[in-house]
Amino acid sequence: MELNYSSEEQGFRSEVREWIAGNLPHDIREKVQNYRGLSKEDYLRWHKILAVKGWSVPHWPQEWGGTGWNITQRYIYDEEFALAGAPGLPPFGPAMCASVLLKFGTPAQKDQFLPRIREGDDFWVQGYSEPGAGSDLAALKMRADRVGDHYVINGQKIWTTLGHYGDWIFCLVRTDSQAEKRQEGISFILMDMKTPGITVRPLILMDGGHEVNEIFFDNVKVPAQNLVFEENKGWTVAKYLLGHERMGSGSVGGSRRELAALRALAGRELKNGKPLLEDVRFKDKLSRVEIELDALEITSMRFLDQMRRTGQPPGADVSMLKIRGTEVQQMITELAMQAAGPNAQPFKAVDNGSIDHFTSRLAPRYFNFRKASIYAGSNEIQRNIIAKMTLGL
Amino acid sequence: MNFDLTPEQQQLADSVSKYLANEYSFEKRKAIVHSDSGVSETVWQTFADMGLTAMTLSEADDGFGGGAMDLMAVMESMGEALVVEPFLENVALAGRLVSRMGSVTQRAALLPGLIDGSARLAFASLEPGRRYALAPQATLAKAGPGGWVLNGHKCMVTGAASAHKLIVSALTPVGVSLFIVDAHAAGVTLNPSRTVDGFRVADVTLTHVTVGADALLGEDGAAMPFIEEAADFATALLCAEAIGAMKSANDATLEYMKQRKQFGVPIASFQVLQHRMVEMYISTEQARSMAILVASKVDGTTDAKERARAVSAAKIKIADAARQVSQESVQLHGGMGMTEELKVSHTFRRLTMIAQQWGDADHHLERYAALT
Repeated sequence: MELNYSSEEQGFRSEVREWIAGNLPHDIREKVQNYRGLSKEDYLRWHKILAVKGWSVPHWPQEWGGTGWNITQRYIYDEEFALAGAPGLPPFGPAMCASVLLKFGTPAQKDQFLPRIREGDDFWVQGYSEPGAGSDLAALKMRADRVGDHYVINGQKIWTTLGHYGDWIFCLVRTDSQAEKRQEGISFILMDMKTPGITVRPLILMDGGHEVNEIFFDNVKVPAQNLVFEENKGWTVAKYLLGHERMGSGSVGGSRRELAALRALAGRELKNGKPLLEDVRFKDKLSRVEIELDALEITSMRFLDQMRRTGQPPGADVSMLKIRGTEVQQMITELAMQAAGPNAQPFKAVDNGSIDHFTSRLAPRYFNFRKASIYAGSNEIQRNIIAKMTLGL
Repeated sequence: MNFDLTPEQQQLADSVSKYLANEYSFEKRKAIVHSDSGVSETVWQTFADMGLTAMTLSEADDGFGGGAMDLMAVMESMGEALVVEPFLENVALAGRLVSRMGSVTQRAALLPGLIDGSARLAFASLEPGRRYALAPQATLAKAGPGGWVLNGHKCMVTGAASAHKLIVSALTPVGVSLFIVDAHAAGVTLNPSRTVDGFRVADVTLTHVTVGADALLGEDGAAMPFIEEAADFATALLCAEAIGAMKSANDATLEYMKQRKQFGVPIASFQVLQHRMVEMYISTEQARSMAILVASKVDGTTDAKERARAVSAAKIKIADAARQVSQESVQLHGGMGMTEELKVSHTFRRLTMIAQQWGDADHHLERYAALT
């Protein structure tokens, strides 16, 4: 066994680190570190900087602009981004929609969409969940009725992350409501969000932020060539996507950075005149989170190693990264809020300077991160997956 | 980066695992636990023949010069089989201390027997009222005619009764030192008992025990860093052993859930139980990651602080996971999990003791924080 990265891999890490240091705009880094939300312009600006470097879609096949990096290099790349406080590109276009198009898209669809996704010309969002279809995604109802060379779409999506930034959306829709199995009447379709009949309504979360949306579709006409793969075979597409690119769900790099920020915060906060960091009760909690994260890092590396050995994507087990990774994120945000003590109360920075912006975001971040164990397949669904696929229960 | 065992490590792990599966069944273990000595000479001899006792001793002592990584998979198998022979106490503690501190003469006197299986050692370290402290306080060594005179009290000395020599930590006027003491020397009294997890321990009373000048291991007063290193090394291997025991508990529980029917269906069909089983599985894998990490650290670092921190981190994770997995495995077995006749109750007891051995989670949290 060799747990350390090879000298080539370490060299690659330095290359990524140095490039980020020289190219990540300061205002974007500052926003990430101080928990200010990024605008659509911020995301696309950063995307274009990466595209110029040729790093916007590392995991794609090289013919479409991928870097040809191996799985370990991609992991290092993602980790360095997170450690540096560089925003990851929202996954909906480059990671999700593109993966689907690369696997199932027609040549015309690939030509139409992939270069624009790679270059960051469009902001993509994902339309999966509906009011009646959360964990039970196959219960979705939004209809797409074929009329001539179009589909006419009617229904609603919900929890659409950054839907208000969306130029394009990929959706799961129901094309056959009579299908014997619910999964067999679903299709995967792409929509230009400027199409008449689409309305985006913000859902403000308890942290005060606008991150997710409801989207209403009222007789939206979508060209039939925007259907990906076959009609009524959307579930196959969705399942493919589900098994794809889940290595990052442990969020190890991001949690390392947050933990360092928490440690610094607990070093500044005083309890009985001494840093909170020296408080035994606080310290024990901090240590346990740190150790869980150490373990998670090695567990992630074990999955990487397994992928390297087998050449296969990880199995259902990889759900454990999502479960423990989000638990660690939640523990860190909770401890950070606790560390702020009474100063955790104000919603916004206080003008006289007693509560800075960073401190004022600690409680809202704790609120916000309750989402982590709910989204992307709730942690209960992840446990179902391991129970069924790994343990044979 | 890779997590592959070397072909040699894999081969050794396979042969130990096969041997234990055949010759260390739950029934055979029970017979050993209830035998007079509480250890099997045959099993011990086989371990020696397989090279296990020599694995981590230096090549200068005719050992293989291996590290924690070389024994990790072996320890996992021992944990799975709930081996009660005091392997770590001999190899990772007493034997390691002799190998690292002893003179040529001392090593030549003790290590060949350890390697070939004919002689056994025990490490007399803990003292009453001192919990997990490694530094002796109540055992004193004073210069006497031609050597030293030892007085004091040691407790929970695993394998003391089957050992030929004890490695005793004591306080001299200069500091912490180690002495080689004949287990049957005049003034040495053993008060043996069987532990809840099937091991044999003894309280050891030392009353005017006289030993020669050649009984002092290493320099007078210089033993503490060696003791800490050996305890860390043993704890790292104990973590690997715990993984095997947790795996055994998980496998048994999973099997039981699929067999056991209530309300007309296997209890495995109940989601509330499925999720608990999944949590046991994930915690075991997270603990395994820490066991791997700590084995790599104790082998790879020469920095005592870094080593100690890695050991404490691993022991905290292992203690937490051992508690969770052992408690849940009994709970999911229902009443049967409480019984002496099922292995899972024995695994429960072993995991419970492992969680505390050489320091429980609180002990190591304190040490970890102090080193951070």
